[in-house]
Amino acid sequence: MAYNFKEVMNKTERLAPGHRMCAGCGGTIAVRNVLRGLRDEDKAVITCATSCLEVSTFMYPHTAWTDSFIHNAFENAAATCSGVQTAYSILKKKGRIDDTYKFIAFGGDGGTYDIGFQSLSAAMERNHDMVYVCYDNGAYMNTGIQRSSATPMYADTTTTPVGTVSNGKPQYRKDLAAIIADHNVPYVAQTTLLKNMRDLHEKAEKAIYTPGAAFLNVMAPCPRGWIYETAEIMEICRLAVDTCYWPIFEVIEGKWVLNYRPKNKLPIERFLKKQGRFRHLFKKGHEHLIAHFQAEVDKRWEALLVKCGGVGGTGGIGTLSHSTSQEI
Amino acid sequence: MSIRERLSGNEAVANAMRQINPDVMSAFPITPSTEIPFIFSSFAANGEVDTEFIPVESEHSALSAAIGAQAAGARSLTATSSCGLALMWEMLYVAASNRLPIALALVNRTLSGPININCDHSDSMGARDSGWIQIYSENNQEVYDNFVQAYRIAEHPSVRLPIMICQDGFITSAAVENIELLEDKEVKEFVGEYCPENYLLNSRQSQSIGPYAVSAYCMEAKRAQLEALKNAKQVVLEVAEEFAGISGRSYGLFEEYRLADADYAMVIIGSAAGTAKDAIDQLRADGQKVGMLKIRLFRPFPGEEIAAALKNARVIACMDRTESFNSQCGPLGAEVKNALYNAGQAPVVINYVYGLGGRDVAVENIASVYADLIGIDKTKDAGEKYRYLSLRD
Ligand SMILES: Cc1ncc(C[n+]2csc(CCOP(=O)(O)OP(=O)(O)O)c2C)c(N)n1
Ligand code: SF4
Ligand SMILES: [Mg+2]
Repeated sequence: MAYNFKEVMNKTERLAPGHRMCAGCGGTIAVRNVLRGLRDEDKAVITCATSCLEVSTFMYPHTAWTDSFIHNAFENAAATCSGVQTAYSILKKKGRIDDTYKFIAFGGDGGTYDIGFQSLSAAMERNHDMVYVCYDNGAYMNTGIQRSSATPMYADTTTTPVGTVSNGKPQYRKDLAAIIADHNVPYVAQTTLLKNMRDLHEKAEKAIYTPGAAFLNVMAPCPRGWIYETAEIMEICRLAVDTCYWPIFEVIEGKWVLNYRPKNKLPIERFLKKQGRFRHLFKKGHEHLIAHFQAEVDKRWEALLVKCGGVGGTGGIGTLSHSTSQEI
Repeated sequence: MSIRERLSGNEAVANAMRQINPDVMSAFPITPSTEIPFIFSSFAANGEVDTEFIPVESEHSALSAAIGAQAAGARSLTATSSCGLALMWEMLYVAASNRLPIALALVNRTLSGPININCDHSDSMGARDSGWIQIYSENNQEVYDNFVQAYRIAEHPSVRLPIMICQDGFITSAAVENIELLEDKEVKEFVGEYCPENYLLNSRQSQSIGPYAVSAYCMEAKRAQLEALKNAKQVVLEVAEEFAGISGRSYGLFEEYRLADADYAMVIIGSAAGTAKDAIDQLRADGQKVGMLKIRLFRPFPGEEIAAALKNARVIACMDRTESFNSQCGPLGAEVKNALYNAGQAPVVINYVYGLGGRDVAVENIASVYADLIGIDKTKDAGEKYRYLSLRD
């Protein structure tokens, strides 16, 4: 079915307003738009790892979730969701359920890349019919901005503080989408909040309606942890993509597809400059740190182009397919 | 009509599971409980059960998945031992606080270290305050019977809590004994269908499970949970009575063995109770007034009933098959003394630690405990009240 923006936006909101996420939180935007991937007639059970999202949307005695929802713990959203999905499959078989249900697990980057990684890897390997969505804000925001393996290099966090002998987090981030793709699940995609969210809507729908396990990695900026004015969120996401820091791709049945290739690949400073967590990189004498960051971005981008069947280098557009053929 | 079988404790519990035919099982191998999921998987592979088996990557995920499945509205279960139960620890509390009547077949094994695969009760005793109902079994017949009764207790509307059916690793789990099974149909009728009131896949009413609760609610939630756990005591008795009707085998909160007129009593848990019965018979033949109370229900702890059953005992031995590293008593010792104190009874209580890491407990060892109790009564000198039984020098 052709994408119809109006239709998607007119779908019933499944995350009710009135929850306690910060104003302008990228996580909330990601979640609401993932839920737009559900068909109105289908029911869903949402699983959520302990995170900002969980503690802010389900505070006894109120819930912001119109669908059934389960929070179990920090590290086990995938295993929990796999249990829910398995229950559905047997109860359906036994004729005890008529409706169609879909299963979506949400976890922050901490609950996904780090403590929940084992549980996630196993649920993906077992290929449960579920979607795991990581809303990646690149740190443990809920406990006060500690580094995770998703935190970008040189970010100032409370466990990688910038100091006289520290430039923030020493390591680059883990490429989780690629790792999950290597599980050979039917569908993996990476995206962020772009333009009218079409890319996110379409990927969410594909992930939800592809039989078997699917994984979505959605960069979801956190104004508090990244230190920027909330209104800048869309610009920051665009810069993440246009600098090739956060590539937009899909892996469909093992086939890598690059969804967007910037006409002008912007220097990484453009992305870093917007955020207070990288402020120290712009001090005099720290140019080599930015150069190092740039080199890492370039290396990973080139490798991705190869995976996607494109030609290396920053030159002309190669054989890149675009699943939605839209400008994002 | 009962069926005579020769089964190990693991086979017995796997057969109870087969007869119950639950919806979802998630489990991970660990000695000595590995056989349970392994036998059960073969039932599933041969179409003898409809159960979906989730071969998870860890015990943490085993219980996490069981929590998800049970919350979704499916009757769920798992099995584990030792380190596996320890890895589940965080989730044990979540299962109980979410009031999910999951059944767990526990085959008791010591917690590392040193790593050791044999029986003691350090695993389940470590989990005793997690909010689960705990029932212990002496022999293979009891393992089977207790598992058949498990869901009726756990799912009772006044309870709705997870339940752990414990048996001693290797001692009962691997030893083959003659036991009587009920007919499949009898078990199915006895256990009945699982009809939850609130569950995720209820299309008439969506549910949110596992909230964040601020201080204004958290304490009330715990108190309500305690009430449910307390209710389990009465339900255990009702279910046992109904079970006796179909099996001819009766169960209570605990078993008294030649206890009523005993001056010297032992309180014990699990398979060593069988050894104690032999020791008691020998000592009784010599005219010694010795008896025993075998714990069946440990959580909730039936303190008042136990104190009443021990009211005639002058000297009591509490037998703990675990070390709780508080330097004054084991968990059973603490519970029993608490119950006696609350009842205004003050007999001499000696707490023994025995059988750690599979250390054998023979009739002579138990007899030596009774000899200690008799000696204490004569000399009126209790000496050390926290002792180790059959410790090598
Ligand atoms: C086992 C365990 N360890 C630690 C915590 C504390 N904790 C709760 S949320 C959280 C961080 C969450 O980070 P992330 O998953 O990235 O989500 P975010 O809050 O950033 O959205 C931590 C460390 C916990 N709840 N459980
Ligand atoms: S701290 Fe960040 S991630 Fe958490 S709710 Fe606020 S904006 Fe969102
Ligand atoms: Mg985070």
